[in-house]
Amino acid sequence: MTTRTRLDPIALRAEFPLLARKVRGKPLAYLDNAATTQKPRAVIEAVEGFYCTRYANIHRGLYTLSEEATAAYEAARDKVAAFVHAPDRRSVIFTRNTTEAINLVAYAWGRANVRASDRIIVTEMEHHSNLLPWQVLAREAGAELAYVSVTDEGHLDLESLDRLLAGPVRLVAFTHVSNVLGTLNPAREIVARAHAAGARVLVDAAQSVPHLPVDVGALDCDFLAFSGHKMCGPTGASVLYGRPELLEEMPPFLTGGGMIRRVGRTGASWDDLPWKFEAGTPAIAEAVGLGAAVDYLSAVGMEAVWAHEQELAAYALERLAEVPGVHVIGPPAVPPHLPFPDEGDTPRLPPLAGGDTPRLPPLVGGDTSRLPPLVGGDRGGVIAFAVESIHSHDLAQALDLEGIAIRAGHHCAQPLHARFGLEATARASFYLYNTRQEVDRLVEGIQKVQNWFLGG
Amino acid sequence: MENLYREHILDHYRHPRNQGTLDGADISCELDNAVCGDVVRLDVRLKDGRVSQARFSGRGCVISMASASMLTEEILGKTVEELKALRDEDVFRMLGITPSPTRARCALLPLRVLQEGTTLT
Repeated sequence: MTTRTRLDPIALRAEFPLLARKVRGKPLAYLDNAATTQKPRAVIEAVEGFYCTRYANIHRGLYTLSEEATAAYEAARDKVAAFVHAPDRRSVIFTRNTTEAINLVAYAWGRANVRASDRIIVTEMEHHSNLLPWQVLAREAGAELAYVSVTDEGHLDLESLDRLLAGPVRLVAFTHVSNVLGTLNPAREIVARAHAAGARVLVDAAQSVPHLPVDVGALDCDFLAFSGHKMCGPTGASVLYGRPELLEEMPPFLTGGGMIRRVGRTGASWDDLPWKFEAGTPAIAEAVGLGAAVDYLSAVGMEAVWAHEQELAAYALERLAEVPGVHVIGPPAVPPHLPFPDEGDTPRLPPLAGGDTPRLPPLVGGDTSRLPPLVGGDRGGVIAFAVESIHSHDLAQALDLEGIAIRAGHHCAQPLHARFGLEATARASFYLYNTRQEVDRLVEGIQKVQNWFLGG
Repeated sequence: MENLYREHILDHYRHPRNQGTLDGADISCELDNAVCGDVVRLDVRLKDGRVSQARFSGRGCVISMASASMLTEEILGKTVEELKALRDEDVFRMLGITPSPTRARCALLPLRVLQEGTTLT
Protein backbone atom coordinates (compact mmCIF):
# COMPACT_ATOMS: atom_id res chain seq x y z
CA MET A 1 0.00 0.00 0.00
CA THR A 2 1.18 3.44 -0.70
CA THR A 3 2.37 5.66 2.04
CA ARG A 4 1.55 9.26 1.64
CA THR A 5 4.81 11.05 1.56
CA ARG A 6 4.77 14.79 1.63
CA LEU A 7 7.32 16.90 -0.06
CA ASP A 8 8.72 20.04 1.43
CA PRO A 9 8.48 22.80 -1.16
CA ILE A 10 10.60 25.19 0.89
CA ALA A 11 13.48 22.73 0.96
CA LEU A 12 13.05 21.94 -2.73
CA ARG A 13 13.07 25.61 -3.71
CA ALA A 14 16.64 25.91 -2.52
CA GLU A 15 17.65 23.54 -5.31
CA PHE A 16 16.27 25.83 -8.03
CA PRO A 17 18.67 28.77 -8.43
CA LEU A 18 16.29 30.89 -10.47
CA LEU A 19 13.62 30.85 -7.79
CA ALA A 20 15.92 32.90 -5.58
CA ARG A 21 15.79 35.92 -7.86
CA LYS A 22 13.62 38.93 -7.47
CA VAL A 23 11.36 40.44 -10.09
CA ARG A 24 10.69 44.17 -9.86
CA GLY A 25 12.05 44.15 -6.36
CA LYS A 26 9.72 41.40 -5.16
CA PRO A 27 10.45 37.73 -4.58
CA LEU A 28 9.49 35.77 -7.67
CA ALA A 29 6.31 33.71 -7.45
CA TYR A 30 6.59 31.55 -10.54
CA LEU A 31 3.11 30.24 -11.34
CA ASP A 32 3.42 29.43 -15.04
CA ASN A 33 4.53 25.83 -14.76
CA ALA A 34 2.09 24.52 -17.32
CA ALA A 35 4.08 26.55 -19.86
CA THR A 36 7.51 25.50 -18.67
CA THR A 37 9.26 24.72 -15.41
CA GLN A 38 12.40 25.98 -13.71
CA LYS A 39 15.47 23.79 -13.48
CA PRO A 40 17.07 22.27 -10.40
CA ARG A 41 20.81 22.48 -9.94
CA ALA A 42 21.08 18.74 -10.63
CA VAL A 43 19.85 19.28 -14.18
CA ILE A 44 21.91 22.39 -14.82
CA GLU A 45 25.03 20.64 -13.54
CA ALA A 46 24.32 17.52 -15.59
CA VAL A 47 24.21 19.60 -18.78
CA GLU A 48 27.25 21.61 -17.78
CA GLY A 49 29.17 18.50 -16.75
CA PHE A 50 28.33 16.80 -20.01
CA TYR A 51 29.65 19.74 -22.02
CA CYS A 52 32.72 20.06 -19.82
CA THR A 53 33.77 16.42 -19.91
CA ARG A 54 31.96 14.15 -22.34
CA TYR A 55 30.57 16.13 -25.25
CA ALA A 56 30.89 14.87 -28.84
CA ASN A 57 28.47 13.79 -31.51
CA ILE A 58 26.87 10.43 -30.91
CA HIS A 59 26.44 7.07 -32.61
CA ARG A 60 29.16 7.56 -35.20
CA GLY A 61 32.46 8.49 -33.61
CA LEU A 62 34.93 5.68 -33.06
CA TYR A 63 36.68 7.47 -30.27
CA THR A 64 36.30 7.51 -26.53
CA LEU A 65 34.56 10.84 -26.27
CA SER A 66 31.85 9.92 -28.78
CA GLU A 67 31.35 6.58 -27.10
CA GLU A 68 30.90 8.27 -23.74
CA ALA A 69 28.51 10.83 -25.18
CA THR A 70 26.51 8.06 -26.85
CA ALA A 71 26.36 6.13 -23.60
CA ALA A 72 25.11 9.20 -21.73
CA TYR A 73 22.46 9.93 -24.35
CA GLU A 74 21.22 6.35 -24.42
CA ALA A 75 21.28 6.13 -20.63
CA ALA A 76 18.90 9.08 -20.60
CA ARG A 77 16.58 7.11 -22.85
CA ASP A 78 16.63 4.21 -20.39
CA LYS A 79 15.81 6.56 -17.52
CA VAL A 80 12.88 8.04 -19.41
CA ALA A 81 11.62 4.59 -20.37
CA ALA A 82 11.72 3.49 -16.74
CA PHE A 83 10.04 6.72 -15.62
CA VAL A 84 6.92 6.04 -17.70
CA HIS A 85 7.23 2.25 -17.30
CA ALA A 86 7.83 1.66 -21.00
CA PRO A 87 8.76 -2.01 -21.27
CA ASP A 88 10.96 -1.51 -24.32
CA ARG A 89 13.60 1.21 -24.72
CA ARG A 90 12.99 1.13 -28.49
CA SER A 91 9.61 2.69 -27.87
CA VAL A 92 11.10 5.93 -26.51
CA ILE A 93 11.91 8.51 -29.19
CA PHE A 94 13.47 11.84 -28.40
CA THR A 95 11.81 14.79 -30.10
CA ARG A 96 12.17 18.54 -29.80
CA ASN A 97 8.88 19.02 -27.96
CA THR A 98 5.41 17.52 -27.56
CA THR A 99 4.26 19.33 -30.69
CA GLU A 100 6.93 17.60 -32.76
CA ALA A 101 6.14 14.24 -31.17
CA ILE A 102 2.47 14.53 -32.12
CA ASN A 103 3.34 15.75 -35.60
CA LEU A 104 5.59 12.73 -35.98
CA VAL A 105 2.60 10.47 -35.41
CA ALA A 106 0.30 12.60 -37.58
CA TYR A 107 2.70 12.47 -40.50
CA ALA A 108 4.32 9.05 -40.22
CA TRP A 109 1.36 7.04 -38.89
CA GLY A 110 -1.50 9.30 -39.95
CA ARG A 111 -0.61 9.63 -43.63
CA ALA A 112 -0.31 5.86 -43.92
CA ASN A 113 -3.42 4.93 -41.97
CA VAL A 114 -6.10 7.61 -42.17
CA ARG A 115 -8.26 7.53 -45.30
CA ALA A 116 -11.16 9.50 -46.69
CA SER A 117 -14.30 9.23 -44.56
CA ASP A 118 -12.35 7.86 -41.59
CA ARG A 119 -12.97 9.63 -38.31
CA ILE A 120 -10.38 11.16 -36.00
CA ILE A 121 -11.64 11.96 -32.52
CA VAL A 122 -10.16 14.73 -30.42
CA THR A 123 -11.69 16.62 -27.50
CA GLU A 124 -12.78 20.20 -26.99
CA MET A 125 -10.08 20.62 -24.35
CA GLU A 126 -7.06 19.96 -26.56
CA HIS A 127 -4.02 22.17 -26.68
CA HIS A 128 -3.53 23.33 -30.28
CA SER A 129 -0.55 20.98 -30.51
CA ASN A 130 -2.89 18.00 -30.21
CA LEU A 131 -5.48 19.57 -32.47
CA LEU A 132 -3.85 21.19 -35.48
CA PRO A 133 -1.85 18.11 -36.60
CA TRP A 134 -5.16 16.23 -36.76
CA GLN A 135 -7.04 19.12 -38.33
CA VAL A 136 -4.45 19.27 -41.11
CA LEU A 137 -4.40 15.48 -41.52
CA ALA A 138 -8.18 15.31 -41.68
CA ARG A 139 -8.30 18.01 -44.32
CA GLU A 140 -5.61 16.30 -46.40
CA ALA A 141 -7.11 12.85 -46.12
CA GLY A 142 -10.73 13.94 -46.42
CA ALA A 143 -11.32 12.46 -42.98
CA GLU A 144 -13.73 13.75 -40.37
CA LEU A 145 -12.48 15.48 -37.23
CA ALA A 146 -14.92 14.99 -34.36
CA TYR A 147 -14.85 16.49 -30.90
CA VAL A 148 -15.68 14.90 -27.58
CA SER A 149 -17.57 17.61 -25.75
CA VAL A 150 -16.62 19.13 -22.42
CA THR A 151 -19.20 19.52 -19.66
CA ASP A 152 -19.82 22.80 -17.89
CA GLU A 153 -17.78 21.47 -14.98
CA GLY A 154 -14.81 20.83 -17.24
CA HIS A 155 -15.00 17.06 -17.61
CA LEU A 156 -15.07 15.09 -20.82
CA ASP A 157 -18.54 13.92 -21.75
CA LEU A 158 -17.85 10.21 -22.15
CA GLU A 159 -21.31 9.65 -23.60
CA SER A 160 -20.39 11.87 -26.51
CA LEU A 161 -17.20 9.80 -26.87
CA ASP A 162 -19.27 6.63 -27.08
CA ARG A 163 -21.51 8.17 -29.73
CA LEU A 164 -18.51 9.18 -31.81
CA LEU A 165 -16.83 5.79 -31.39
CA ALA A 166 -19.81 4.18 -33.13
CA GLY A 167 -18.46 5.45 -36.49
CA PRO A 168 -15.41 4.49 -38.59
CA VAL A 169 -12.84 5.73 -36.08
CA ARG A 170 -9.13 5.43 -36.81
CA LEU A 171 -7.71 7.44 -33.95
CA VAL A 172 -8.62 8.98 -30.63
CA ALA A 173 -6.22 11.73 -29.54
CA PHE A 174 -6.83 13.33 -26.17
CA THR A 175 -5.06 15.17 -23.41
CA HIS A 176 -4.36 13.34 -20.16
CA VAL A 177 -4.52 16.53 -18.11
CA SER A 178 -5.99 19.74 -19.53
CA ASN A 179 -3.54 22.64 -19.69
CA VAL A 180 -6.41 25.03 -18.96
CA LEU A 181 -8.99 23.25 -16.84
CA GLY A 182 -6.57 21.10 -14.89
CA THR A 183 -8.89 18.14 -15.43
CA LEU A 184 -7.29 14.70 -15.11
CA ASN A 185 -9.12 12.67 -17.71
CA PRO A 186 -9.95 8.98 -17.15
CA ALA A 187 -7.29 7.89 -19.61
CA ARG A 188 -7.45 4.14 -19.07
CA GLU A 189 -11.19 4.20 -19.54
CA ILE A 190 -10.96 6.24 -22.74
CA VAL A 191 -8.18 4.04 -24.15
CA ALA A 192 -10.18 0.89 -23.39
CA ARG A 193 -13.30 2.25 -25.10
CA ALA A 194 -11.32 3.46 -28.10
CA HIS A 195 -9.55 0.14 -28.49
CA ALA A 196 -12.84 -1.71 -28.24
CA ALA A 197 -14.00 0.41 -31.18
CA GLY A 198 -10.88 -0.52 -33.15
CA ALA A 199 -9.18 2.88 -32.92
CA ARG A 200 -5.61 3.73 -32.12
CA VAL A 201 -5.00 6.11 -29.23
CA LEU A 202 -2.60 8.97 -28.70
CA VAL A 203 -2.34 10.56 -25.27
CA ASP A 204 -1.02 14.11 -24.91
CA ALA A 205 0.76 13.72 -21.60
CA ALA A 206 2.48 17.11 -21.57
CA GLN A 207 0.59 18.07 -18.41
CA SER A 208 0.51 14.64 -16.78
CA VAL A 209 3.94 12.99 -16.95
CA PRO A 210 5.57 15.96 -15.18
CA HIS A 211 2.99 15.93 -12.39
CA LEU A 212 1.84 12.40 -11.55
CA PRO A 213 2.93 8.80 -11.93
CA VAL A 214 2.21 7.60 -15.47
CA ASP A 215 2.50 4.00 -16.62
CA VAL A 216 2.17 3.60 -20.38
CA GLY A 217 1.66 -0.13 -20.01
CA ALA A 218 -1.24 0.33 -17.61
CA LEU A 219 -2.74 3.08 -19.77
CA ASP A 220 -2.40 0.70 -22.73
CA CYS A 221 -2.18 3.65 -25.13
CA ASP A 222 -0.56 3.36 -28.56
CA PHE A 223 1.26 6.69 -28.46
CA LEU A 224 2.04 9.12 -25.66
CA ALA A 225 3.87 12.44 -25.89
CA PHE A 226 5.37 14.73 -23.29
CA SER A 227 7.84 17.60 -22.91
CA GLY A 228 11.10 17.48 -21.00
CA HIS A 229 11.12 21.20 -20.26
CA LYS A 230 7.81 20.94 -18.41
CA MET A 231 9.37 18.47 -15.99
CA CYS A 232 12.54 20.27 -14.88
CA GLY A 233 14.48 19.26 -17.98
CA PRO A 234 16.06 21.49 -20.62
CA THR A 235 14.16 22.69 -23.68
CA GLY A 236 14.62 20.70 -26.87
CA ALA A 237 14.52 17.19 -25.40
CA SER A 238 11.03 15.72 -25.30
CA VAL A 239 9.55 12.30 -25.79
CA LEU A 240 7.29 10.26 -27.98
CA TYR A 241 6.40 6.85 -26.64
CA GLY A 242 4.96 4.45 -29.20
CA ARG A 243 4.16 0.78 -29.31
CA PRO A 244 7.22 -0.80 -30.93
CA GLU A 245 5.16 -2.85 -33.38
CA LEU A 246 3.43 0.32 -34.62
CA LEU A 247 6.67 2.26 -34.82
CA GLU A 248 8.22 -0.59 -36.80
CA GLU A 249 5.50 -0.35 -39.44
CA MET A 250 5.67 3.42 -39.73
CA PRO A 251 7.82 5.18 -42.31
CA PRO A 252 10.26 7.76 -40.96
CA PHE A 253 9.00 11.27 -40.24
CA LEU A 254 12.19 13.16 -41.06
CA THR A 255 14.93 11.70 -43.20
CA GLY A 256 18.61 12.50 -43.33
CA GLY A 257 21.62 11.91 -41.17
CA GLY A 258 21.80 9.31 -38.49
CA MET A 259 18.60 7.40 -39.18
CA ILE A 260 19.72 5.12 -42.00
CA ARG A 261 21.19 1.69 -42.33
CA ARG A 262 22.35 2.01 -45.90
CA VAL A 263 21.93 4.69 -48.54
CA GLY A 264 22.15 4.15 -52.27
CA ARG A 265 21.68 6.54 -55.16
CA THR A 266 17.98 5.80 -55.48
CA GLY A 267 16.94 4.45 -52.14
CA ALA A 268 17.81 3.85 -48.52
CA SER A 269 16.97 1.49 -45.70
CA TRP A 270 16.15 2.79 -42.27
CA ASP A 271 17.91 2.30 -39.01
CA ASP A 272 16.37 0.32 -36.18
CA LEU A 273 14.09 1.82 -33.57
CA PRO A 274 14.26 4.27 -31.98
CA TRP A 275 16.91 5.91 -34.18
CA LYS A 276 14.75 5.61 -37.31
CA PHE A 277 12.80 8.54 -35.91
CA GLU A 278 15.76 10.62 -34.74
CA ALA A 279 17.09 12.14 -37.95
CA GLY A 280 19.98 14.56 -37.68
CA THR A 281 22.04 15.39 -34.63
CA PRO A 282 19.61 15.36 -31.72
CA ALA A 283 19.62 17.58 -28.63
CA ILE A 284 22.28 15.45 -26.94
CA ALA A 285 23.13 17.46 -23.85
CA GLU A 286 19.47 18.33 -23.38
CA ALA A 287 18.55 14.64 -23.41
CA VAL A 288 21.23 14.03 -20.79
CA GLY A 289 19.67 16.87 -18.80
CA LEU A 290 16.25 15.26 -19.14
CA GLY A 291 17.74 12.07 -17.74
CA ALA A 292 18.92 14.07 -14.73
CA ALA A 293 15.46 15.62 -14.40
CA VAL A 294 13.90 12.18 -14.34
CA ASP A 295 16.35 11.13 -11.62
CA TYR A 296 15.47 14.25 -9.68
CA LEU A 297 11.71 13.78 -9.92
CA SER A 298 12.00 10.09 -9.09
CA ALA A 299 13.93 10.96 -5.95
CA VAL A 300 11.23 13.42 -4.88
CA GLY A 301 8.54 10.90 -5.79
CA MET A 302 5.82 11.54 -8.33
CA GLU A 303 3.04 10.64 -5.92
CA ALA A 304 4.33 13.29 -3.56
CA VAL A 305 4.45 15.81 -6.42
CA TRP A 306 0.85 15.03 -7.38
CA ALA A 307 -0.36 15.17 -3.78
CA HIS A 308 1.37 18.50 -3.26
CA GLU A 309 -0.12 20.04 -6.39
CA GLN A 310 -3.58 18.79 -5.50
CA GLU A 311 -3.33 20.37 -2.09
CA LEU A 312 -2.18 23.64 -3.61
CA ALA A 313 -4.98 23.52 -6.19
CA ALA A 314 -7.60 22.84 -3.53
CA TYR A 315 -6.22 25.67 -1.42
CA ALA A 316 -6.09 28.06 -4.37
CA LEU A 317 -9.67 27.20 -5.34
CA GLU A 318 -10.84 27.97 -1.83
CA ARG A 319 -8.93 31.22 -1.64
CA LEU A 320 -10.04 32.37 -5.09
CA ALA A 321 -13.65 31.61 -4.17
CA GLU A 322 -13.31 34.32 -1.50
CA VAL A 323 -12.63 37.00 -4.10
CA PRO A 324 -15.74 38.57 -5.65
CA GLY A 325 -15.57 38.77 -9.43
CA VAL A 326 -13.18 35.84 -9.86
CA HIS A 327 -14.56 32.96 -11.91
CA VAL A 328 -12.60 29.72 -12.17
CA ILE A 329 -13.27 27.36 -15.06
CA GLY A 330 -12.68 23.66 -14.69
CA PRO A 331 -13.70 21.08 -12.10
CA PRO A 332 -14.90 23.06 -9.08
CA ALA A 333 -12.92 21.26 -6.40
CA VAL A 334 -11.40 17.98 -5.52
CA PRO A 335 -14.01 15.25 -5.17
CA PRO A 336 -15.58 14.52 -1.79
CA HIS A 337 -13.14 13.40 0.80
CA LEU A 338 -12.48 9.73 1.32
CA PRO A 339 -10.27 8.53 4.14
CA PHE A 340 -6.87 7.19 3.26
CA PRO A 341 -7.13 3.45 3.63
CA ASP A 342 -3.58 3.18 4.88
CA GLU A 343 -3.82 5.87 7.49
CA GLY A 344 -5.72 5.49 10.71
CA ASP A 345 -6.35 9.14 11.18
CA THR A 346 -6.82 11.74 8.52
CA PRO A 347 -3.96 14.19 8.69
CA ARG A 348 -5.06 17.74 9.32
CA LEU A 349 -3.71 20.68 7.46
CA PRO A 350 -3.21 23.95 9.23
CA PRO A 351 -6.47 25.92 9.24
CA LEU A 352 -6.98 28.43 6.48
CA ALA A 353 -7.33 32.12 6.95
CA GLY A 354 -11.02 31.63 6.30
CA GLY A 355 -11.20 29.29 9.27
CA ASP A 356 -12.20 26.29 7.21
CA THR A 357 -10.12 23.15 7.01
CA PRO A 358 -9.58 22.16 3.40
CA ARG A 359 -10.60 18.73 2.33
CA LEU A 360 -7.70 16.48 1.68
CA PRO A 361 -7.51 14.80 -1.68
CA PRO A 362 -8.73 11.23 -1.57
CA LEU A 363 -7.15 8.17 -3.07
CA VAL A 364 -8.38 7.05 -6.42
CA GLY A 365 -10.30 3.83 -6.00
CA GLY A 366 -10.83 0.97 -8.37
CA ASP A 367 -8.34 -1.33 -9.95
CA THR A 368 -4.86 -0.13 -9.17
CA SER A 369 -3.13 -3.41 -9.81
CA ARG A 370 -0.80 -1.99 -12.42
CA LEU A 371 -0.91 1.71 -11.82
CA PRO A 372 0.83 3.00 -8.76
CA PRO A 373 -2.03 4.11 -6.52
CA LEU A 374 -2.64 7.77 -7.05
CA VAL A 375 -3.32 10.22 -4.35
CA GLY A 376 -5.94 12.68 -5.28
CA GLY A 377 -8.91 13.41 -7.42
CA ASP A 378 -9.29 14.60 -10.96
CA ARG A 379 -8.03 18.16 -10.57
CA GLY A 380 -4.39 18.97 -11.17
CA GLY A 381 -2.51 22.12 -10.30
CA VAL A 382 -3.72 24.22 -13.21
CA ILE A 383 -6.26 26.93 -12.48
CA ALA A 384 -7.65 29.15 -15.21
CA PHE A 385 -9.87 32.01 -14.19
CA ALA A 386 -11.46 35.19 -15.40
CA VAL A 387 -11.72 38.35 -13.34
CA GLU A 388 -14.80 40.43 -14.07
CA SER A 389 -14.11 43.61 -16.02
CA ILE A 390 -10.36 43.00 -16.10
CA HIS A 391 -8.71 41.58 -19.19
CA SER A 392 -6.32 38.75 -18.41
CA HIS A 393 -3.45 40.64 -20.07
CA ASP A 394 -3.92 43.57 -17.77
CA LEU A 395 -4.13 41.23 -14.80
CA ALA A 396 -0.94 39.37 -15.74
CA GLN A 397 0.95 42.58 -16.35
CA ALA A 398 -0.16 44.10 -13.07
CA LEU A 399 0.68 40.92 -11.14
CA ASP A 400 4.14 40.98 -12.70
CA LEU A 401 4.72 44.21 -10.84
CA GLU A 402 4.19 42.17 -7.67
CA GLY A 403 6.71 39.57 -8.83
CA ILE A 404 3.97 37.08 -9.66
CA ALA A 405 4.31 35.26 -13.00
CA ILE A 406 1.07 33.90 -14.39
CA ARG A 407 -0.06 33.26 -17.92
CA ALA A 408 -2.75 35.24 -19.74
CA GLY A 409 -4.48 34.51 -23.01
CA HIS A 410 -6.02 31.48 -24.59
CA HIS A 411 -3.19 29.11 -23.58
CA CYS A 412 -3.17 27.54 -27.05
CA ALA A 413 -6.71 26.27 -26.48
CA GLN A 414 -8.99 28.60 -28.42
CA PRO A 415 -11.78 26.06 -29.10
CA LEU A 416 -11.95 25.36 -25.37
CA HIS A 417 -12.22 29.05 -24.52
CA ALA A 418 -14.92 29.40 -27.17
CA ARG A 419 -16.71 26.48 -25.50
CA PHE A 420 -16.84 28.50 -22.29
CA GLY A 421 -17.67 31.74 -24.09
CA LEU A 422 -14.37 33.35 -23.10
CA GLU A 423 -11.74 35.13 -25.17
CA ALA A 424 -8.99 34.63 -22.70
CA THR A 425 -8.29 33.63 -19.14
CA ALA A 426 -5.57 34.10 -16.59
CA ARG A 427 -3.89 30.89 -15.52
CA ALA A 428 -1.90 29.95 -12.46
CA SER A 429 -0.18 26.56 -12.63
CA PHE A 430 1.80 24.92 -9.87
CA TYR A 431 4.75 22.62 -9.48
CA LEU A 432 6.60 20.91 -6.70
CA TYR A 433 8.34 24.10 -5.58
CA ASN A 434 5.25 26.27 -5.18
CA THR A 435 3.92 27.16 -1.75
CA ARG A 436 0.69 28.22 -0.09
CA GLN A 437 2.30 31.55 0.57
CA GLU A 438 2.58 32.06 -3.18
CA VAL A 439 -1.10 31.25 -3.54
CA ASP A 440 -1.79 33.88 -0.87
CA ARG A 441 0.28 36.40 -2.80
CA LEU A 442 -1.65 35.60 -5.96
CA VAL A 443 -4.97 36.18 -4.23
CA GLU A 444 -3.79 39.40 -2.63
CA GLY A 445 -2.36 40.51 -5.96
CA ILE A 446 -5.68 39.97 -7.71
CA GLN A 447 -7.45 42.03 -5.06
CA LYS A 448 -4.90 44.78 -5.45
CA VAL A 449 -5.36 44.82 -9.21
CA GLN A 450 -9.13 44.94 -8.80
CA ASN A 451 -8.78 47.97 -6.56
CA TRP A 452 -6.47 49.61 -9.04
CA PHE A 453 -8.53 49.09 -12.16
CA LEU A 454 -12.03 49.10 -10.80
CA GLY A 455 -11.53 51.52 -7.97
CA GLY A 456 -12.18 50.04 -4.58
CA MET B 1 1.79 50.09 -12.68
CA GLU B 2 1.61 53.86 -13.03
CA ASN B 3 4.07 53.73 -15.91
CA LEU B 4 1.93 51.63 -18.19
CA TYR B 5 -1.54 52.43 -16.96
CA ARG B 6 -1.35 56.21 -16.97
CA GLU B 7 -4.43 57.96 -15.69
CA HIS B 8 -5.55 59.15 -19.14
CA ILE B 9 -5.27 55.56 -20.44
CA LEU B 10 -7.42 54.29 -17.61
CA ASP B 11 -9.80 57.16 -18.25
CA HIS B 12 -10.25 56.14 -21.88
CA TYR B 13 -10.74 52.54 -20.77
CA ARG B 14 -13.33 53.40 -18.14
CA HIS B 15 -15.03 56.05 -20.26
CA PRO B 16 -14.49 55.07 -23.87
CA ARG B 17 -15.00 57.80 -26.46
CA ASN B 18 -16.84 57.12 -29.69
CA GLN B 19 -17.78 53.58 -28.85
CA GLY B 20 -20.19 51.95 -31.26
CA THR B 21 -20.62 51.36 -34.96
CA LEU B 22 -21.64 53.44 -37.95
CA ASP B 23 -24.05 52.30 -40.61
CA GLY B 24 -22.84 52.98 -44.12
CA ALA B 25 -19.35 53.95 -43.02
CA ASP B 26 -16.80 54.85 -45.69
CA ILE B 27 -14.08 52.89 -43.96
CA SER B 28 -15.00 49.83 -41.95
CA CYS B 29 -12.64 47.15 -40.81
CA GLU B 30 -12.14 44.59 -38.06
CA LEU B 31 -9.06 42.62 -37.00
CA ASP B 32 -8.14 40.43 -34.11
CA ASN B 33 -4.94 40.02 -32.19
CA ALA B 34 -3.88 36.43 -32.77
CA VAL B 35 -1.99 36.35 -29.49
CA CYS B 36 -4.90 37.06 -27.19
CA GLY B 37 -8.03 37.08 -29.33
CA ASP B 38 -8.75 40.76 -28.80
CA VAL B 39 -10.97 42.20 -31.51
CA VAL B 40 -11.17 45.81 -32.67
CA ARG B 41 -13.50 47.23 -35.29
CA LEU B 42 -13.35 50.75 -36.63
CA ASP B 43 -16.04 52.57 -38.61
CA VAL B 44 -15.08 55.87 -40.19
CA ARG B 45 -17.29 58.34 -42.07
CA LEU B 46 -15.75 60.87 -44.43
CA LYS B 47 -17.11 64.29 -45.36
CA ASP B 48 -15.38 66.41 -47.99
CA GLY B 49 -12.48 63.96 -47.94
CA ARG B 50 -11.93 64.27 -44.23
CA VAL B 51 -12.90 62.10 -41.26
CA SER B 52 -16.13 63.46 -39.85
CA GLN B 53 -17.08 60.60 -37.53
CA ALA B 54 -15.29 57.61 -36.12
CA ARG B 55 -16.54 54.77 -33.92
CA PHE B 56 -14.78 51.78 -32.44
CA SER B 57 -16.13 48.53 -31.07
CA GLY B 58 -14.69 45.24 -29.93
CA ARG B 59 -13.27 43.76 -26.81
CA GLY B 60 -9.86 43.68 -25.31
CA CYS B 61 -7.47 44.79 -22.63
CA VAL B 62 -7.01 48.26 -21.22
CA ILE B 63 -4.26 49.09 -23.68
CA SER B 64 -6.04 48.03 -26.87
CA MET B 65 -9.36 49.59 -25.88
CA ALA B 66 -7.81 52.87 -24.73
CA SER B 67 -5.75 53.00 -27.90
CA ALA B 68 -8.88 52.51 -30.01
CA SER B 69 -10.75 55.14 -28.05
CA MET B 70 -7.95 57.68 -28.45
CA LEU B 71 -7.55 56.87 -32.13
CA THR B 72 -11.17 57.76 -32.84
CA GLU B 73 -10.44 61.24 -31.47
CA GLU B 74 -7.01 61.52 -33.05
CA ILE B 75 -8.18 60.91 -36.60
CA LEU B 76 -11.04 63.42 -36.69
CA GLY B 77 -10.54 65.92 -39.52
CA LYS B 78 -7.74 63.94 -41.17
CA THR B 79 -7.66 63.04 -44.85
CA VAL B 80 -7.29 59.45 -45.99
CA GLU B 81 -3.71 60.22 -46.98
CA GLU B 82 -3.05 61.51 -43.49
CA LEU B 83 -4.59 58.35 -42.04
CA LYS B 84 -2.28 56.26 -44.19
CA ALA B 85 0.66 58.27 -42.94
CA LEU B 86 0.00 57.37 -39.28
CA ARG B 87 2.88 55.38 -37.78
CA ASP B 88 3.37 53.22 -34.71
CA GLU B 89 5.18 56.11 -33.03
CA ASP B 90 2.08 58.25 -33.39
CA VAL B 91 0.14 55.72 -31.34
CA PHE B 92 2.83 55.57 -28.65
CA ARG B 93 2.87 59.38 -28.54
CA MET B 94 -0.91 59.40 -28.24
CA LEU B 95 -0.78 56.87 -25.39
CA GLY B 96 2.20 58.57 -23.81
CA ILE B 97 4.00 55.26 -23.37
CA THR B 98 6.24 52.90 -25.31
CA PRO B 99 4.96 49.49 -24.31
CA SER B 100 6.94 46.24 -24.26
CA PRO B 101 6.95 44.32 -27.56
CA THR B 102 4.12 42.05 -26.38
CA ARG B 103 1.91 44.89 -25.23
CA ALA B 104 2.79 46.93 -28.30
CA ARG B 105 0.67 44.45 -30.26
CA CYS B 106 -2.28 45.40 -28.06
CA ALA B 107 -1.56 49.12 -28.43
CA LEU B 108 -1.17 48.92 -32.20
CA LEU B 109 -4.16 46.73 -32.98
CA PRO B 110 -6.49 49.72 -33.62
CA LEU B 111 -3.91 51.32 -35.93
CA ARG B 112 -3.57 48.03 -37.82
CA VAL B 113 -7.34 48.01 -38.26
CA LEU B 114 -7.22 51.54 -39.61
CA GLN B 115 -4.32 50.70 -41.94
CA GLU B 116 -6.13 47.64 -43.24
CA GLY B 117 -9.30 49.68 -43.69
CA THR B 118 -7.62 52.52 -45.60
CA THR B 119 -5.83 50.04 -47.85
CA LEU B 120 -9.18 48.60 -48.82
CA THR B 121 -10.67 52.04 -49.44
